[in-house]
Amino acid sequence: MNGLVSTFRIAVEALWVNKMRSFLTMLGIIIGVGAVIAMLAVGEGASRKISQQISTLGSNLLIVLPGSVTSGGIRMGSGTQMTLNMADAEAIEKECPAVEAVSPILNGVAQVVYGNANWSTGVYGAGVSILTIRDLALTSGRPFTEQDIRSAAKVCLIGQTVADNLFGDMDPTGQIVRIKKVPFTVIGLLEPKGQSLMGQDQDDVVYIPITTAQKRIFGTHFAGMVRSIMVKAKSADDLPAAESQVNALLRQRHRIGPKGEADFSVRNLTQMLQVAEQSTKVMTLLLGAIASVSLLVGGIGIMNIMLVSVTERTREIGIRMAVGAKIRDIRFQFLVEALTLSFFGGMIGVMAGVTASWVITALAGWATVITPLSIGLAVGFSGLVGIFFGYYPAYKASLLNPIEALRHE
Amino acid sequence: MLIETRDLRKIYQVGDTVVVALDGVNVAVEKGEFLGVMGPSGSGKSTFMNVVGCLDQPTSGQYLFEGRDVSRLDPDTLAEIRNRKIGFVFQGFNLLPRATAQENVALPLLYSRVPAKERAERAMAALKAVGLEGREHHRPTQLSGGQQQRVAIARALVNDAAIIFADEPTGNLDTRASREIMELFVRLNEEKGITVIVVTHDPDTASFSKRIIRFLDGRIVADDRNGGQGA
Ligand SMILES: Nc1ncnc2c1ncn2[C@@H]1O[C@H](COP(=O)(O)OP(=O)(O)O)[C@@H](O)[C@H]1O
Ligand SMILES: [Mg+2]
Repeated sequence: MNGLVSTFRIAVEALWVNKMRSFLTMLGIIIGVGAVIAMLAVGEGASRKISQQISTLGSNLLIVLPGSVTSGGIRMGSGTQMTLNMADAEAIEKECPAVEAVSPILNGVAQVVYGNANWSTGVYGAGVSILTIRDLALTSGRPFTEQDIRSAAKVCLIGQTVADNLFGDMDPTGQIVRIKKVPFTVIGLLEPKGQSLMGQDQDDVVYIPITTAQKRIFGTHFAGMVRSIMVKAKSADDLPAAESQVNALLRQRHRIGPKGEADFSVRNLTQMLQVAEQSTKVMTLLLGAIASVSLLVGGIGIMNIMLVSVTERTREIGIRMAVGAKIRDIRFQFLVEALTLSFFGGMIGVMAGVTASWVITALAGWATVITPLSIGLAVGFSGLVGIFFGYYPAYKASLLNPIEALRHE
Repeated sequence: MLIETRDLRKIYQVGDTVVVALDGVNVAVEKGEFLGVMGPSGSGKSTFMNVVGCLDQPTSGQYLFEGRDVSRLDPDTLAEIRNRKIGFVFQGFNLLPRATAQENVALPLLYSRVPAKERAERAMAALKAVGLEGREHHRPTQLSGGQQQRVAIARALVNDAAIIFADEPTGNLDTRASREIMELFVRLNEEKGITVIVVTHDPDTASFSKRIIRFLDGRIVADDRNGGQGA
C-alpha cells in the first residue's frame, strides 16, 4: 500500500511536469469514453421510448386495414378503399377463437366545441371494448356500455389534452360538447398516455360509439363501413394464431381465392415495434462499437506518449535501478502512469458523455438515458485500454540495462 | 573478505571489434578499506566498478561479494543487493532533477518498502550526516555541485550501505569542493567503518586512499598499499 501511494504520487508528478502533453493524451480517452456514453445513451433512450410505446399501444394488438385496391391499373395505397364493415368485425369476434376483443374504428378529424372554447382533434368511433383493446383507463367517469353502442348514444370519452383545451382545470364529465354541431355528453376522461413514438400526442383524442360515428359524424355512402378493425388476441402467444384466423376469415368473407390479392391487410403492431426495438438495440451496439474505436485510438495515444516518456526518462530509470528498483518496480511505475492517464481521462470522459447527452436531448430533442451499466462499461473499458497500451512501454522501461540507462543523455 | 574477484573478464563486442574491458582481474578488498582505483582513460576502471558494484555482470570469472558468488545472479537479486548493501556516487551526480534533496536521498528506501514517515526521517538523518541540514527541500538545480554530490553521498548512506562506490566523484567539482567530498569519504570510512572505493585519475584525489590499485588495458598492474599520505 505504501508503495502504491508513492508510485501514484510519482505518476501524477511526472504527468504534471508535462501538463499540456498529458492533457492532450487524456483527450483521446475523454473523447472515447464520452462518445461511448453518449452513443449508448442515445440508443438506450430510443429503445426505452419504443418499449414505452409498446406498452401504451395496447398489448397483443392486431389492426385490420382496408387493403390496396387496383383500380384501372393504378394501385392505390393501403386504406384508400372502404372494404371493411361492421359485419366483418362481428364475425372476427364470434369466429376467431384466439381473439379476445374486437372494435371497429371509424375516425376523422372534427371540431369539438364547449361554450366558446373549441379544439380540433381526432374523433374515433369505436366499439364497447375499445378501452380493453388499447389498454386505456379512465381518470373519471364511466366506459361505453352495450346500450350506448346499440342506441347510437351521443356520449363521448375524451383525452387529457382535449380536456385541458376545452375545460381547463374543470372536471369534464357530465358536460355537453358539440362535435360537428351534434351535442355529446362527456361520460369519461381518459388517463394520459403521453407521446407516441412519432411524437404524436396520444391524449389528443375523442372516442364516440361507432354507431354514432356512422350515423351522425362521419356518414358514409355505404352503411356499416368502417375504416379499420382493432383486434386484441387472447395472449402474446395467441397473436400469430389470431393473425392467421383473421386473415382466413376475411378472405372467405370477401370471397378471395387462395391466389387472389387480399383487399385488406392485418398488421401486428406489437410485433412491428418489437422488431423496431430489436433493431434499435443492434443500432445501439453498433454506435457503441464505433465510439469504442475512438477509445482505442485514445489508447494508442497513451502508448505513444508513454514510449516517448520512457525514452526521455531513461536516465531516471537508470538511477532508480542503481539504487535498487526491481524490474517490477519500474514496470509498475510506468503502468500506474498510463493508468492514471486513462483513469482521469475516463472520469472526465464520463462527465463529457453526460453533458453531451444533455446537449443532444436539448438540441435534437432525442430522449437519452444514461445507465450505470454504460458508465461502468466505458470506465472499465478505458481502464483496460490503459493497462493494455500502458503495458508495453512499462515492459520496455523495465528491461533497460542500468548502466546504459545511466549513461543516457 | 568483502570483495573478492577471480580472473574477472568483461568482453564487449561492437560489430566486428571485440573490446576486452576487463582482462583477468584478481583483487580482494576487506571490510573497512579505503581503496583508490587509478589508470588511464579506457583502462577498465568504470567497468570494474560496475561489476563489483553489482550493476553489471562479468563475461567470465567469479565475483564473491561477502563470500557469496554473485556473478550469475538475476537482475532482481542484484537490485536487492545494491539496494541493501551498496551505495553509488557518480561523476555526474545522477540525482532525480524534479525531486527534492530529501526525496532523492529517500529513493533507495522506497524500494526496500520502508514506510513513508520512516523514509523521511532517515533521509533527514543522512542529509545531516553529510552536512546538508536545511537544504532538504532544495532541488538539484538549486544546489552547488559539491552540495549535489553530498546529496548523492547521503543517498548512498541512507540504507546503511556496507560499501560506497564512487566513480570519479570529484570529476565535475572544483578543488575546494573536491577536497571536501574526499574528506567526507574519509570521515565516513573512519567513523562508520564504511568501505569506500573511489575511481579517479587525479593524484590529489587518490592521495586520500590507504591503498591504490592501477589499471591498464583491463588488468591491474599495481597494487600499492602504502598510499594514504593524506593531504
Ligand atoms: N557498453 C560498452 N560497449 C562497448 N565497449 C565498452 C562499453 N563500455 C566500455 N567499453 C569499453 O571498455 C573499455 C573500458 O571502459 P571503461 O571501463 O569505461 O574505462 P575507464 O572508466 O577506465 O575510462 C573501453 O575501451 C571502452 O571503450
Ligand atoms: Mg570511467
